[in-house]
Amino acid sequence: MRAFALVFLFLSLWPNCFVLAATNSNEIQTQKSITDRSIAVPQWEDWKRVFLLQDYNTRIVILGTTLLGMSAGMIGSFALLRKRALMGDALSHATLPGIAIAFIIATSLGLNGKSLPILLTGAAVSGLLGIGGILLIRNLTRLKEDAALGIVLSVFFGAGIALLGIVQQMQTGHAAGLESFIYGKTASMVASDAWLIGSAGLTCMLISILLYKELTLLCFDEGFAHARGFPVVLLDMLLMGLVVVVTIIGLQAVGLILMISLLVIPPAAARFWTEKIVNMTVVAVILGALSGMIGSAMSAIFPNLPSGAMIVLVATAMFLFSMVFGIPRGILIRKLRRHELNTKVNRQHLLRGIYETLESQGRINEKQTVESTFVPMSTLLKMRSWSPAKLKKIANRAQRDQLVVSLEADQIRLTKAGLLEAARIVHEHRLWELYLITYADVAASKVDQDADAIEHVLEPEVIAELETLLVRQSTAGVLQSPHEIEIQQEQANSHHSGTRRAT
Amino acid sequence: MGGLENWNWFLDGWIIVAGILCAASTALLGNFLVLRKMSMLGDAITHAILPGLAAAFMISDSRSSLPMFVGAVIAGILTALFTEWIRGFGKVDEGASMGVVFTSLFALGLVMIVQAADHVDLDPGCVLYGAIELTPLDTILIAGWEIPRVVAVLSVVLLINLLFVVCFLKELKLSSFDPALATTTGFNATIIHYTLMTLVAITAVASFETVGNILVVAMFVVPPAAAYMLTDRLGSMIVLSVVLAIFAAVTGHISAITVPRWFGYHSTSTAGMMAVASGMLFVFAALFGPRHGIMIIFVRRQILAWKILAEDIIALMYRIEERDPQQKPDVNDLRDILFSRPVPTQLTLRYLSKQGQIKDTNGTYELTETGRDMARQLVRSHRLWEHYLVEHAGMTAENIHKQAEKLEHFTDRQLREKLNEDTLDTDQDPHGRPIPPEDKVH
Repeated sequence: MRAFALVFLFLSLWPNCFVLAATNSNEIQTQKSITDRSIAVPQWEDWKRVFLLQDYNTRIVILGTTLLGMSAGMIGSFALLRKRALMGDALSHATLPGIAIAFIIATSLGLNGKSLPILLTGAAVSGLLGIGGILLIRNLTRLKEDAALGIVLSVFFGAGIALLGIVQQMQTGHAAGLESFIYGKTASMVASDAWLIGSAGLTCMLISILLYKELTLLCFDEGFAHARGFPVVLLDMLLMGLVVVVTIIGLQAVGLILMISLLVIPPAAARFWTEKIVNMTVVAVILGALSGMIGSAMSAIFPNLPSGAMIVLVATAMFLFSMVFGIPRGILIRKLRRHELNTKVNRQHLLRGIYETLESQGRINEKQTVESTFVPMSTLLKMRSWSPAKLKKIANRAQRDQLVVSLEADQIRLTKAGLLEAARIVHEHRLWELYLITYADVAASKVDQDADAIEHVLEPEVIAELETLLVRQSTAGVLQSPHEIEIQQEQANSHHSGTRRAT
Repeated sequence: MGGLENWNWFLDGWIIVAGILCAASTALLGNFLVLRKMSMLGDAITHAILPGLAAAFMISDSRSSLPMFVGAVIAGILTALFTEWIRGFGKVDEGASMGVVFTSLFALGLVMIVQAADHVDLDPGCVLYGAIELTPLDTILIAGWEIPRVVAVLSVVLLINLLFVVCFLKELKLSSFDPALATTTGFNATIIHYTLMTLVAITAVASFETVGNILVVAMFVVPPAAAYMLTDRLGSMIVLSVVLAIFAAVTGHISAITVPRWFGYHSTSTAGMMAVASGMLFVFAALFGPRHGIMIIFVRRQILAWKILAEDIIALMYRIEERDPQQKPDVNDLRDILFSRPVPTQLTLRYLSKQGQIKDTNGTYELTETGRDMARQLVRSHRLWEHYLVEHAGMTAENIHKQAEKLEHFTDRQLREKLNEDTLDTDQDPHGRPIPPEDKVH
């Protein structure tokens, strides 16, 4: 087992690290000061060399990883939408026993066990077996997807480790090359590897472009696809097959675990930028390409940064950026939208509160007095769970838009525009209440809350429809409230008790 | 059994003890991961502890176990937190957010370690594959006994996990099955969740030295999944999962020593074979589980299919008799109408005549008295259902046949009487055919 030491670290390092990998890790200890972990700042020459792609090796690596990022972004989009994001994870682990068995069989047949096609075939076969296992567990038992993934991933990997333990004992073994195959060696990528990645990746992309409609349907509405006569199972297998191919070509380039990230992160990031699947795939392809390109360029410039890991970190940075700043679905824009909605809702509540207070005093139809009648803030405060400070803020904002005028002494009144707006709002609220009572069997005592929840997001068309549906009864002006309004009762009560006290 | 002659009670004994402790403590928590559909979290956590190890190493400038342990556990908990955040704030689905988090942390850890690569001695091979074989060599002295360090650590972890599960079984149960209800009944499901995550992280870190990080996942997920196939009760599931995990640990080690010898090799990785052994156990459990096993489900379905076929045959014969009492159908007539395959049809017919429900006269069949009784009830169910579907479910007369066909097999006398009441004692179905009486009219 010790021979495996450190190999795992160097998922994708410079070739000289493999010298380290081969030696026992105990021997390479504390020669330099332990705190010395500075990254040498590269010279201008280095930057130029990388950016102008002057090195043959850099050119190959960047080209290879870019193509890999593109195809992984594309295939990953479908996998993500199909909620199979971690399939690549399970899959890449499941390839291990296949690689080991292929090696054992090839070697005992006298072939070169390390030849790429043989190992890839082994990997593909056991990857497909793993997928079969996942699908079987999910469909035949009551376990869910996650458990199926976990079981297949860990059991296959265990079998692979046990087999590798045997491979190590083989005469021709010295499976060092085998591990680098498993854990990736981006920086030592050669032209033939890049060609392999390029051709296989582009083929995968081509297939998914040709089957775009079918795959989209599969991701969004499997049942519908089935009903329309699409071969759903076949398409599913095809998608998984594409994941297998991309994973396997990527294994060699960036390593086992980092391959998963290329399948997951760019599509997940792209999801924040668009609602449309076409755009999402395009964005994911671009992000994948950028991650590959920038990541490997950075590791070429800073010799201390492993390229596989850098590619992932670049992708992660893009993901975080997208998550925060993404336009239709990012966190910021959603926060902003919610804030706007809250502002609107609060303002509507304020206006309705003033209106209904006036209405309860019977002043609403005396046009000239409305605009000069002040309502005390304390009355409004009782109507909702507002804090005084919050109400003040809402009132100020409404005053800025010239809907209300509030005075120092805790008084507030509607302006002309405010009255119009308030009348509209109250009307819509009651329209909706009426609808709920008439058509949705909501009790009149409960209808206020229910209407409250939805009235703010009603489209004008819906209002118009409700209007034609309901308002034959009252011809003009604001609808009557279908239930008693809180403040009315309160005031009536206080009035009542007041009179009683007086008598 | 080649290999066992080299058995050394001291070495192999401790290896097996370590394996058992690790398997039991992971399986205990694994039950809840499987039930909460978070099986992959173990995988994510074990990958993501790398930056924790690296950071602890960089900060403490030492390789002593404690800072490493703490660093790894913190990283593990952060994985769970980040996953939750990205899922919650970013509205990314669980699997994807997990994938983003653990691969990113893993990459970060790699970069950090490479920065210190010249003097690092984290022995990542051990992280990945575990070094259970080396367990007996690294010992500490406890009360005069020389005990392998791993065994001591894992015993403590097992004890903590056991205490947690026993003390909070009710809370864990409730919050696993219905977190909303758990919160409303007064205790905080979130706290239980994060305690569980912390323990998972601790257990994973303590175990990966033994079995390596992928195989921790095997021990977390596979024995509980197998136990889930065998029982419906949480208590017995937990006990079973621990038993299975222990069994997997023992067989894992024994087969790691013996199996490769059959092919002329030396022993192989115990951890790997433990995973394989638990995988085998899972396959057995999934196939032969008493209630949810694939075999039993298959057999049950087959029996049901045959029962339905038998009922279809006698109901069909009743209808034929109803239309033309002289007509005696043969196998081909029945198969033509029912679209059934030859072998099951023959077998079912033979079964029915053995049961005395039909009479076989030279290849044509007719109902016996008992058979006619059964058939009448079926046809009655069918027509009552048709009536009900038209009247109460608003279906049109053209669509009801299929539905009624399905329902008639699961309708007993009580339900028929209720249907009869609901359909106001009509004696005709929507197609205008008579609804036969419940009992034979003499």
